[in-house]
Amino acid sequence: MRRRDFLKRTAAAAAGTFAAAHVLPARAQAHKDTLLTLSEGGPNNLDVMGVGTNRPGYEASWNTYDRLVTYGVKKDADGNDHYDSAKIAPELAESWDLGDMSVTFKLRKDAKFHDGTPVTAKDVKWSFDRAVTVGGAPTFQMAAGSMQKPEQFVAVDDYTFRIDFLRKDKLTLPDLTVPSAAVINSELAKKHATDKDPWAMDWLKNNEAGGGAFKIEKWTPGQELIYQRFDEWKSGPVPKIQRVIWRIVPSAGNRRALLERGDADISVDLPPKDVAEMANDKKLTVVGSLIESALIYLSMNVKIPPFDKVKVRQAVAYAIPYQKIMDAAMFGRGKPMFGGPSEVTTTDWPQPTPYVTDLAKAKQLLAEAGLPGGFETTLSFDLGYAVTQEPLCILVQESLSQIGITVTLNKVPGANWRAEFSKKTLPLLANVFGAWLDYPEYFFYWNYHGQNSLFNDMSYQNPAMDKLIDAARFETDPKKYDEEVEGFITTAFADVPRIPLFQPWLDVAMQKNVTGYRYWFHRQLDYRQLAKT
Amino acid sequence: MIVLRRLATALPVIAGVIVVTFLLTRALPGDPAVYFAGPAATEQAIEEIRHRLGFDRTLPVQFFDYLQRLAHGDLGTSLTTGQPVTTELLTRLPASAELMLLALFLSVAIAVPLGIAAAMRPGSPVDHACRIITTAGVSLPTFFTGLLLVYVFYYLLGVAPAPLGRLDVFDSAPPQHSGFYLIDSLLAGDFETFRAALAQLVLPAATMAIFTLAPLARITRAAMLGALGSEFIRTARASGLARHRVVFVYAFRNAVLPVITTLGMVFSFMLGANVLVEKVFAWPGLGSYAVEALIASDYAPVQGFVLMMALLYVLLNLVIDLVYGLVDPRVRLEA
Repeated sequence: MRRRDFLKRTAAAAAGTFAAAHVLPARAQAHKDTLLTLSEGGPNNLDVMGVGTNRPGYEASWNTYDRLVTYGVKKDADGNDHYDSAKIAPELAESWDLGDMSVTFKLRKDAKFHDGTPVTAKDVKWSFDRAVTVGGAPTFQMAAGSMQKPEQFVAVDDYTFRIDFLRKDKLTLPDLTVPSAAVINSELAKKHATDKDPWAMDWLKNNEAGGGAFKIEKWTPGQELIYQRFDEWKSGPVPKIQRVIWRIVPSAGNRRALLERGDADISVDLPPKDVAEMANDKKLTVVGSLIESALIYLSMNVKIPPFDKVKVRQAVAYAIPYQKIMDAAMFGRGKPMFGGPSEVTTTDWPQPTPYVTDLAKAKQLLAEAGLPGGFETTLSFDLGYAVTQEPLCILVQESLSQIGITVTLNKVPGANWRAEFSKKTLPLLANVFGAWLDYPEYFFYWNYHGQNSLFNDMSYQNPAMDKLIDAARFETDPKKYDEEVEGFITTAFADVPRIPLFQPWLDVAMQKNVTGYRYWFHRQLDYRQLAKT
Repeated sequence: MIVLRRLATALPVIAGVIVVTFLLTRALPGDPAVYFAGPAATEQAIEEIRHRLGFDRTLPVQFFDYLQRLAHGDLGTSLTTGQPVTTELLTRLPASAELMLLALFLSVAIAVPLGIAAAMRPGSPVDHACRIITTAGVSLPTFFTGLLLVYVFYYLLGVAPAPLGRLDVFDSAPPQHSGFYLIDSLLAGDFETFRAALAQLVLPAATMAIFTLAPLARITRAAMLGALGSEFIRTARASGLARHRVVFVYAFRNAVLPVITTLGMVFSFMLGANVLVEKVFAWPGLGSYAVEALIASDYAPVQGFVLMMALLYVLLNLVIDLVYGLVDPRVRLEA
């Protein structure tokens, strides 16, 4: 072959290769019943009760397993679908009877698992026994609804299932809607159980034994997960999408490019800047839902001077550049939690604090606390959330320097963050907390209560506040409940061990022809209502 | 025999790698139990996970356990993907190898002729072009080149396929023989898949090639300049040998040794650059696997990855030594 021929042919081959790429959008058109979704990371376990199952794992479980009950749906302020925490709806259970110290469920008789076995009460019992026995996240989640012992779960007959209460807990029924309360095909799972592994943890990690709206066709960990619709699904209207391909695309820029080129249908895990730009473009549908019971905040450790002084904490709260953070770090993708009324008059949580940026007042408070010249401290944040936390912390650092507080930034790698902050030796830190169950007293129990849980990263202890939180958790009188909740919120704002900054949004971007997106408390995608038109 | 003896000298290296990676992963600042317990876990849940993962035992016990499993070819289980590390490394290796070999081929195919051309006419436009290309190649970080290529060829021009890994989502992989999609699809006679796989490979391979071009082109140029200036070339020219004979048979054969050495080095650079390129192109290879494991302080895959890389290096060096002997009769392996 002569050199010139070689060059010509190589060029032709290269052109041919690229031409093949041109055909792809056409083929994608032919796959209208398939949904292509993108995320940064994928599941590490198909079993929601597994050891260390991650958030994408919840999504896999949510769509392939059913639960006894679920939540209804409502519209949010922007007209998008939003689960309705006020309305518990049937899923595997057709109806239930809430007694004084027990609840009895009637299961639907036509429900089947993916292998065709009918779903019976003994499957529910086996699954719940498993959840409260295996330890780790599922056991703790079940305990949050006062479900702790296998004896509480009774299979009365094939289609009747009862839970006996240890104590009256308003969270018992809501706690059955969470991913951890999945119902597993017990016969199938038991076939793969061994003496060493009686709950088939190893097998269920890589295999699915559910009866949910989607079956798993193929899972390549770290790369993709392909679902096929389960046409026999009875626990709700049959989904419109036949096949879901979930691809892991680690680069945020590429996820955006794939969406904008029309090759992907939905993408999650998008940086706020991309979301803001895509929302302005209007070529795609961008749905931002406020994440309930979630806050991005700054905490000051009250055991470490000078943060033991209320006036110092208040000074810091007045020196935060709130609006700048909203604009430059969040690109507006958050709900401000500052500049609220001076008195707490609602039980909404989170709600805005009365604090605003007022450097003169901050300086004065600092002088009153006996520190007119300021002091030095370290501000720590999680590099896993560096996209928003880093600009946020730099803005705080810059602003605090104006009242004489010299701040050094301490960047902690993601895997190390929890270990670092659970030691409670960080004087000042930026962090985020979100709860599945949306109740102010639940949030305060984890974050402010003197039991000093992991999330009380200010080491804050106030017996008067603890009394109010404990009372509100089991309060039955609505009027007293309001007083108690407003009471502990007022104290939290006045003592200000923690400065709420804003409530984050969960942003999802999708093609214009994708409809039926619904926000869920677990913040993962639910494919069952999605459709492509 | 020679090969075996060379391999035997690698044993202490591998033993060292095993010890050092074990200790280094334990010295990582993160805590895998805390990480995998999830954001809402309590102290007690974390302790339970730590116990189940075996991280509550002393280091010597953990190390002994690790050695025992290693002897059975068991590298442990990854917590991030939940799969056995050995299987994952073996399924991911062909993806990385296919990409790296194609990139290396591209890079040699461009760099060597470019280097020779530059050396033959120093100071000419070709020489300047060579200098510009090599400078640009080393100065551009691979993730940047990758993103730039995606932006231009996929996003703006729409000629390249979506950066979604080895195949488009609606294509299925060819039947597995070598794990190399290009080879497997040809074996199956499936030209459609071959073209699709090649189309996916073009951008990531080009990204890596741009990065590795520079050292190869520069060393080729320098070695050729040296060779062309030597006395035996002058003699050959004076004897009236054909120009191509002088250049390729006499000069290039002598200049190729440093090029091979650099090739070995470039290959090891690529193992590093791989990590970023695979991340940009969602490539299901070894690099992206290792970096995700590292972020999560997931010990087993990190150890497995480093061990595998050490073995690859040992093999690579062996191959280079053997090639040396083939190219240059002065080099004897016994020496």
